[in-house]
Amino acid sequence: MSSIGTGYDLSVTTFSPDGRVFQIEYAAKAVDNSGTVVAIKCKDGIVMGVEKLIASKMLLPGSNRRIHSVHHNSGMAVAGLAADGRQIVTRAKSEATNYERVYGEAIPVKELAERVASYVHLCTLYWWLRPFGCGVIVGGYDRDGPQLYMIEPSGISYRYFGAAIGKGRQGAKTEIEKLKLSEMTCRQGVIEVARIIYGVHDEAKDKAFELELSWVCDESNRQHEKVPENLLEEAKVAAKAALEEMDAD
Amino acid sequence: MDSIHNDLNAPHSMGTTIIGVTYDGGVVLGADSRTSTGMYVANRASDKITQLTDNVYICRSGSAADSQVLSDYVRYYLHQHTIQLGQPATVKVAANLVRMVSYNNKNMLQTGLIVGGWDKYEGGKIYGIPLGGTLLEQPFTIGGSGSSYLYGFFDQVWKEGMTQDEAEKLVVKAVSLAIARDGASGGVVRTVTINKDGVLRKFYPGNTLPLWHEELEAKDSLLDSLSAASPEPMVS
Repeated sequence: MSSIGTGYDLSVTTFSPDGRVFQIEYAAKAVDNSGTVVAIKCKDGIVMGVEKLIASKMLLPGSNRRIHSVHHNSGMAVAGLAADGRQIVTRAKSEATNYERVYGEAIPVKELAERVASYVHLCTLYWWLRPFGCGVIVGGYDRDGPQLYMIEPSGISYRYFGAAIGKGRQGAKTEIEKLKLSEMTCRQGVIEVARIIYGVHDEAKDKAFELELSWVCDESNRQHEKVPENLLEEAKVAAKAALEEMDAD
Repeated sequence: MDSIHNDLNAPHSMGTTIIGVTYDGGVVLGADSRTSTGMYVANRASDKITQLTDNVYICRSGSAADSQVLSDYVRYYLHQHTIQLGQPATVKVAANLVRMVSYNNKNMLQTGLIVGGWDKYEGGKIYGIPLGGTLLEQPFTIGGSGSSYLYGFFDQVWKEGMTQDEAEKLVVKAVSLAIARDGASGGVVRTVTINKDGVLRKFYPGNTLPLWHEELEAKDSLLDSLSAASPEPMVS
């Protein structure tokens, strides 16, 4: 699939002769193997969804959340090693409250993404630290409107209209590109995200999964919150129906 | 002998009158220009309205040194913040930084400040940050020793949504009233008007200000009163 480092991949402080840092690339593989995370920017807000693969039937539904609120107007969806993700979320929350304490206003999404990216990058600079094995999607709604950023284990952060990470990201990205995001409201976006996640879920390889959806939009008063129960159910029903249609074809 | 030396060594203080008012479209900041060391006027034409960013200014009162240093720190923080943010800082952020420095160093500082400016999100805003480091957003605010004489005046004259002209005239009138009654305020009146089109500085020399009851007319030189009808100078 991809080349093995053979000797240049033992430490995150070693470059390979062709200019790659293999440890960071290996960290990205941990992200690629996790459940899919999909996020889109609609005209009035952001919708984020996670395909949370259930390891055991004994797990309580709704536990082990993958989407977290960082501040009242921004949230974060995590893919990859869950414990690493928790660390990043804690740091992001701390950055957000610190910013508000000093500057007296909610942290702009751009600033939050930059700080998180800078923190993730920091952990790729020292041999005694390992890179974070998780990718993070930051979605928030500030004075300049709704914004979506994705941060990879290397510390790169880009702003997106739509982003996907994890197992089913290729399929998800294709689906996202088909959507007309600039005309879509978050209400419609929620249904679409659910449909995409159900679509990329691999029934054969992974058994059960739980769908986690969150949004921050005009309808939620610019607060980042879980998508309301009734809308979540509506989305699941529509997603399953769309799957049947696909199968029927 | 000692009392004279006290004056020269006393800390520079700006007795001061400072004012900030919002109007429909921006803000007007105004101040007198007297800096005193005890009874001696160290600077009769000082500029108490200091720039923090392109669109935010601060009126300083109290200890001259404290307010200057505080302004320098906040200007530095705001500069960094603007670079990180990629766009001009808002008035609210500037005011919060001033408050942070003022509150955290309340034991050492003695300054009352008024932060005023314009940004594209909130328009014109005025924030008062008095001695202890409180932060209060207000449609207008007054500060300094001369402000004591202006509370009643503003109660009567203030109204929301003035035009730029009305607001400037109000500020100049108020500062000149305070100068008339407060010994620690005097000199010229400076105003700074900030709106979406930018910043406008105006200067009103002492002799252009209206005279209030029983004030004497300004004279350029005492020799003028000699050349007018007056007794012969004493020569023996």
